[in-house]
Amino acid sequence: MSIELRHLTHVYAEGSAFRSVALEDINLTIRDGDFLALVGHTGCGKSTLVQHLNGLLTPSSGQVLVDGEDLAGEGVNRRALRMKIGLVFQYPEYQLFEETVAKDIAFGPKNLGLKAEEVDARVRAAMAQVHLDWQKYAERSPFELSGGQMRRVAIAGVLAMQPEVLVLDEPTAGLDPHGRDRILGIIEELHRQGTTVVMVSHSMEDVARLATRVAVLSHGKLLAEGTPREIFSRQEMMTEAGLAVPEAARLCASLRAAGIDLPADLYTEDELYDSLLKRWKEAGR
Amino acid sequence: MTEERIKVEEVSYAYEEGAAPVVKHVSMDVRPGEFVAVLGHNGSGKSTLAKLMNALFVPTEGRVYIRGMDTADDERLWDIRREAGMIFQNPDNQIVATVVREDVAFGLENLGVPHEEMLGRIEQALRTVGMSAYAESAPHNLSGGQKQRVAIAGILAMRPSCLIADEATAMLDPSGRAEVLQTVRSLCREEGISVVWITHFMEEAALADRVIVISDGEIALQGTPREVFPQVERMRELHLDVPRMTALAARLRAAGMPLSDRILTVEEMTEEVKAALCPSN
Repeated sequence: MSIELRHLTHVYAEGSAFRSVALEDINLTIRDGDFLALVGHTGCGKSTLVQHLNGLLTPSSGQVLVDGEDLAGEGVNRRALRMKIGLVFQYPEYQLFEETVAKDIAFGPKNLGLKAEEVDARVRAAMAQVHLDWQKYAERSPFELSGGQMRRVAIAGVLAMQPEVLVLDEPTAGLDPHGRDRILGIIEELHRQGTTVVMVSHSMEDVARLATRVAVLSHGKLLAEGTPREIFSRQEMMTEAGLAVPEAARLCASLRAAGIDLPADLYTEDELYDSLLKRWKEAGR
Repeated sequence: MTEERIKVEEVSYAYEEGAAPVVKHVSMDVRPGEFVAVLGHNGSGKSTLAKLMNALFVPTEGRVYIRGMDTADDERLWDIRREAGMIFQNPDNQIVATVVREDVAFGLENLGVPHEEMLGRIEQALRTVGMSAYAESAPHNLSGGQKQRVAIAGILAMRPSCLIADEATAMLDPSGRAEVLQTVRSLCREEGISVVWITHFMEEAALADRVIVISDGEIALQGTPREVFPQVERMRELHLDVPRMTALAARLRAAGMPLSDRILTVEEMTEEVKAALCPSN
């Protein structure tokens, strides 16, 4: 499934003294199977954009097309389109509320009016997707779990709706390195199995590891869009946007400036490892 | 009065009587102007340790002294909290007023500081964190990094000797993180304030004078960043990372490149790789 943003503009408090333009003329297409990372400084419009992806907001002008259908169009089955796009907000564990993990995950599917067996099957499948053992956790209170586990329950609640596109707003914020790796591993697996992923992130390291495309937002405008390799080789542009590049990309630039012959666009540790080892062997030492 | 700003002596803490302790026999000191990073996986007990340093919690066993004041001594509670200010993760939960200047004034008003002196202290605190231009602004219009700096100014206005930060950059974007970290480091260097910096970002810990790693409520490792981070395997066992450059250097070293185990930053890595590849210069 694809989502196309056409000249999307969003203005908050139009016509008042507090008028502010959050998004300005954004043109961006999310294609089936993409893993798009959305990056930008605080207040750049990322969260506004995310809310447009499933019609939580209506554009001030421009369009959001889901598989070619305008989300704000007349006679469009908005509810059906929306359900295909699962939104995981920042710190989603704050939204858990049920007595047990299974009940919390079942909340969405139950509201769809599905039969009990179908709901149960979806809960089990979603728990498996986020690596939570059903036997062990289904009847536990979500509030007794660790922060990382609670976040996985919250993500399972969205997965139980069987979305085709998963949109995550800073899914690893506040987690320790181990918890972060688990969440990223889960997202990576979902993408591999065919889910289209849009991930908002401040961590360029996470972006470098997973994304197939990167969109850079700055002050409500789309500053650049491309593969991680294209984006991370533009260090100055990223700095101007208030962002960093992965440390590996910074090392690549720093070594080149020191006169070491390396390709200009390396951005992962593995690439640096291979290139440096090659140089070392060529030097014959 | 002792030389240590913060002295933790054989401290254990359990949330309920008879429950398993979440902090076990921890002893540590923080000296004036020292920047100590505390690392540990979620649930390791590091946030509990932070709260013990601010008398939000009182040890079940052992003692915590802030500038010689025992945190178990109720009569010193407000002196202790004034000496050891604390900032938390979420910038939005720490702002109480609708104007920046008033937010910074909040703690001082509670202390009953005379009005004239209060104005001076607020100005100075805002200047120190680089937020003077925003004194009349509404906090909700500020970025996350700016809000955290306002929260720090609110603490500085109380003239504390210690600052305890519990993942103060976790919710910030990269430029916000850099802003806050730079502010706090200059507080150590220029104002001599002692900082306890709890973080999940290894690159931040790499800038500390000392790193303490907590696991299951105990100190698992401690030393300078150059002593702690080369222990790549041990850190992984503790569910933690090491700075990326340290990890890459360790891999290249294992493959035969002559790089030291003291590399923490891109700059250090560049120097050593250059020396390894072009030994003539």
